[in-house]
Amino acid sequence: MKIIVCIKQVPDAKDVRLDPVTNTLAREGVQSIMNPYDQHALEEAVRLKEIHGGEVVVVTMGPPQAEEMLRQAISCGADRAVLVSDRAFAGADTWATSYTLEHALKKIGNFDLILCGKQAIDGDTAQVGPGLATRLGIPYLTCVQKVREGTDTGLIVERMMDDGYDVVAVNYPVLLTVVKDINEPRVPSIKGKMKAKKAEIMRLNAEDIGADPACIGLPGSPTKVVNVFPPDARSDRSVLTGTLDEQLDQLVERLMPYLNRAGN
Amino acid sequence: MDYFLSEEQQMIVDIARQITDERIIPQRAELDEKHEFPRQILNEMAQADLFGVPIPEEYGGFGGGCFDIALTVEQLGRGCIGVGTAFAANFLGVYPIIIGGSEEMKQKYLPDVATGKKFGAFGLTEANAGSDASGIQTSAVLDGEEWVLNGTKQWITNGGEAQIYTVVAITDRSRGPRGASLFVVEEGDPGFSCGPKEKKMGIRASSTTELIFKDCRIPKDRMIGRPGTGFITVMKTLDLSRPGIAALGVGLAQAALDEAVKYAKQRQQFGKPIIAFQAVQHMLADMAIGIESARALVYSAAKHIQQHPKDMSKASAMCKTYATDVAMKVTTDAVQVMGGYGYMCEYPVEKMMRDAKILQIYEGTNQIQRNVIGQELNKEYS
Amino acid sequence: MLNVSKELCIGCGICEDNCPFGAITIQDGLAVVGDSCTLCGACVESCEVEALTLDVKSRQVASDLKTWSGILVFCEFRRGELAPVSLELLGIGRKLADKRKVQLSALLIGHNTGETAQLLIGHGADVVYLIDNETFRDFRDDCYSEITTALIKDRKPEIVLAGATAIGRSFIPGVATALNAGLTADCTKLEIREEDGALLQTRPAFGGNIMATIVSESTRPQMATVRSKVMKQLEFDSSRQGKIVEIVPTKEQLQSKVQVLESVVAEGGHVNIQEADILVSGGRGLENAKGFELLRELADTMGAKVSASRAVVDAGWIPYPHQVGQTGKTVAPKLYIACGISGAVQHVAGMQSAETIVAINRDENASIFNVADYGIVGDLFEIIPKLIRKIEERR
Repeated sequence: MKIIVCIKQVPDAKDVRLDPVTNTLAREGVQSIMNPYDQHALEEAVRLKEIHGGEVVVVTMGPPQAEEMLRQAISCGADRAVLVSDRAFAGADTWATSYTLEHALKKIGNFDLILCGKQAIDGDTAQVGPGLATRLGIPYLTCVQKVREGTDTGLIVERMMDDGYDVVAVNYPVLLTVVKDINEPRVPSIKGKMKAKKAEIMRLNAEDIGADPACIGLPGSPTKVVNVFPPDARSDRSVLTGTLDEQLDQLVERLMPYLNRAGN
Repeated sequence: MDYFLSEEQQMIVDIARQITDERIIPQRAELDEKHEFPRQILNEMAQADLFGVPIPEEYGGFGGGCFDIALTVEQLGRGCIGVGTAFAANFLGVYPIIIGGSEEMKQKYLPDVATGKKFGAFGLTEANAGSDASGIQTSAVLDGEEWVLNGTKQWITNGGEAQIYTVVAITDRSRGPRGASLFVVEEGDPGFSCGPKEKKMGIRASSTTELIFKDCRIPKDRMIGRPGTGFITVMKTLDLSRPGIAALGVGLAQAALDEAVKYAKQRQQFGKPIIAFQAVQHMLADMAIGIESARALVYSAAKHIQQHPKDMSKASAMCKTYATDVAMKVTTDAVQVMGGYGYMCEYPVEKMMRDAKILQIYEGTNQIQRNVIGQELNKEYS
Repeated sequence: MLNVSKELCIGCGICEDNCPFGAITIQDGLAVVGDSCTLCGACVESCEVEALTLDVKSRQVASDLKTWSGILVFCEFRRGELAPVSLELLGIGRKLADKRKVQLSALLIGHNTGETAQLLIGHGADVVYLIDNETFRDFRDDCYSEITTALIKDRKPEIVLAGATAIGRSFIPGVATALNAGLTADCTKLEIREEDGALLQTRPAFGGNIMATIVSESTRPQMATVRSKVMKQLEFDSSRQGKIVEIVPTKEQLQSKVQVLESVVAEGGHVNIQEADILVSGGRGLENAKGFELLRELADTMGAKVSASRAVVDAGWIPYPHQVGQTGKTVAPKLYIACGISGAVQHVAGMQSAETIVAINRDENASIFNVADYGIVGDLFEIIPKLIRKIEERR
């Protein structure tokens, strides 16, 4: 079975804050990590490989420092790693990202299964997986919480819905995005770390993958960020005053931004 | 302090630390309460290749020594020395095979130990033979092509969970200590059974049972080395394994200090966090000094022992004695710093204090260790 | 490409300080751009000697931009029910349509939809495109995507809105990619930009620690998903007039590579309070297990999860996975509302990293007020219903 896992290196989102005065990201002490959902995707891929045999290839579109994350993936069971990197990819939104990954995958060859994390914890869009599958012309299922059965021809999985889950059957090739419930990612092994240290990472740039400059990076992105600002919540810490009713009004005023920010 | 570990050593430490933080610490309270063997955690350690650390490369391991095991076990000790003991005692059971076993024996058992497929246990202690190990009564009599063992071992770690038991039995009572030999008994051998799990003050995740031999029959080739070499191999085994116990103590003490400092910074009394008071600061300082000196001694001793020097026993005894005494003192002081909260089961330090006691007792009591050191000094200066 | 003019740059470092991504460093008196550069342009604005220029080929603006007109709202129908977010989207859709002076249409896909299409008209839609077919009874990404993409290509709405539900977040990205359109997920605010009538889409990023406003300037349609309970639905007006257009899918549009074997309705499932952004937490002050019903109401209004102190878990009022504290879970939500919780050290240890802490307690000396950012002293049985009402009024 040939499985491709798309992973992303992200800042540890819970530590990221925007300085309300300078409007810049406070970066001290913010670590770069493998996107947590992608860790679960990688673990599922390795498990399926252990059962069915085959190969797990991890791919990332990122800056050169993402190589560290690819080696971490190898130490946890991936067989090969591909770094798709080029200055020209900078500023890509999800449309340009899925375009880039599609072209990179053409260089990696045939596959049975692509696994992705549900979403990246910096962008929080959950759009790249579906976009990539659509470009490749293969079916996809999002928010998979369990792979019930795997055969030579396809899979039966549980995919989450708002009111529970659906049990779905689909043949290869297929792309799945996974949620954290699906498994517990393993700790790297000594042999894995040694293999990761020596591993040769395949590097692909924009030219290697035959990308059209108009479709990658910031120029290729249909969506553009026109403003970035910190959420209101941190502004006012003054004491609540007046009657109970007045205090509650003031409290609700301060709480409304939180209600609009609800993530996950 | 930086101990200038090699890249491989740092790899091992990182993996052990990750397992401790992500698996052991979240489960330790429950394992302690239920006296439950940490099988799943040990399986994950196996999958991470940690069981291969001290096994020679030709049998599927990484050929690491005392120091590598000490590094691994120190991290586990930060989580729970019950889990750490289960891991360390595995090697206690396996070292005799590495030291004295034939090539066939090593080929037969070591690869499975390296992959964590099989666990080991070490059977020496009996009801009437603890510090005075030479007083063991378990006997082994040759009957045709089989050895027949009779007797009972007491307080054996990993009893009932291991598959490979290295057992000391008297083969020739007339020769005293030179009449003891080591055998490999396997789970399922006829006449061999394990007693129920003992209820203990601490290290409750570790399984401790009797080993019962009633006309237990094992093939002739299960003897480790030549007859009469039992105690010699045992002594060498303990010399190798004691730094591991010492390292458990260092890890445990470090965890206790971490909890105590964290608490002292938060707990406010008399208008200040209690860490602002000298009485508390001095306690914490002494704890930190003890831990770092124990760590330095354990690391030095472990590296020294890897060279198989003449004073191996002394070095081994010194690091075990000091580090385990430090662990007892530091965990007790940690409870004291945390006061009433430290005494409550809600906080982890009361368990750490209960766990620490055994370190001063097993693998040779600290009193016996001091005997060993004294006797070695005597020999050195003659 | 971000260009640094060697002649103009004076190595002052203002750009280095202003870069949100830490991508600029001053080396040998000159600004050097590293790999983390995302071409956001913050440095260009900050440079006082105009040494920095952003030379980016703009995406070619689609030539037929002006031919896209109208607002389309995807309405979700499952198990015989319309997802409430659909009505909320018609609410904001109506506002946007009125601003743009264009038509608001709804796309309803499902099976046995009954009177739903009429309901959508009463909630603001001028036209409802109805696809009612057994094939669409179960949700499957490919056939939902196919038919939605085809309809959008045919009707050419300038804006497409969908709920950020499990279904919406799943197939809408596929539609956007097939249309080469920009899609913004989980929008909390939608407005029309004065200069060009484009849609301004505001959403949280970095787990909600940052807000971003996004525009899809050069492509159509402009697509956005919105979470439930963010927008407000219009009052149902039975006198509203509208058209229902029934669409018959082609044979190809009914094909699917996916088979739904079973649909399981599961209650909430796994409780993971550590992933919640907002926690409404209850302690002994709730007086009995029924107190949690009130908390659940507040939690529902706020889109929050419910958690608890050890005392009430021990008392059996709520199961252990909800417990916060030394022997429970450690949580760090954006907002933690402690109701009837005294604030014992063991509990505080588990929640003190919350971004904002609100405490409601009858006892003004309760230690929880020492860690709370906002405190209300009073009877929570009086306060919480009032709080719920005020929040709903604000919506």
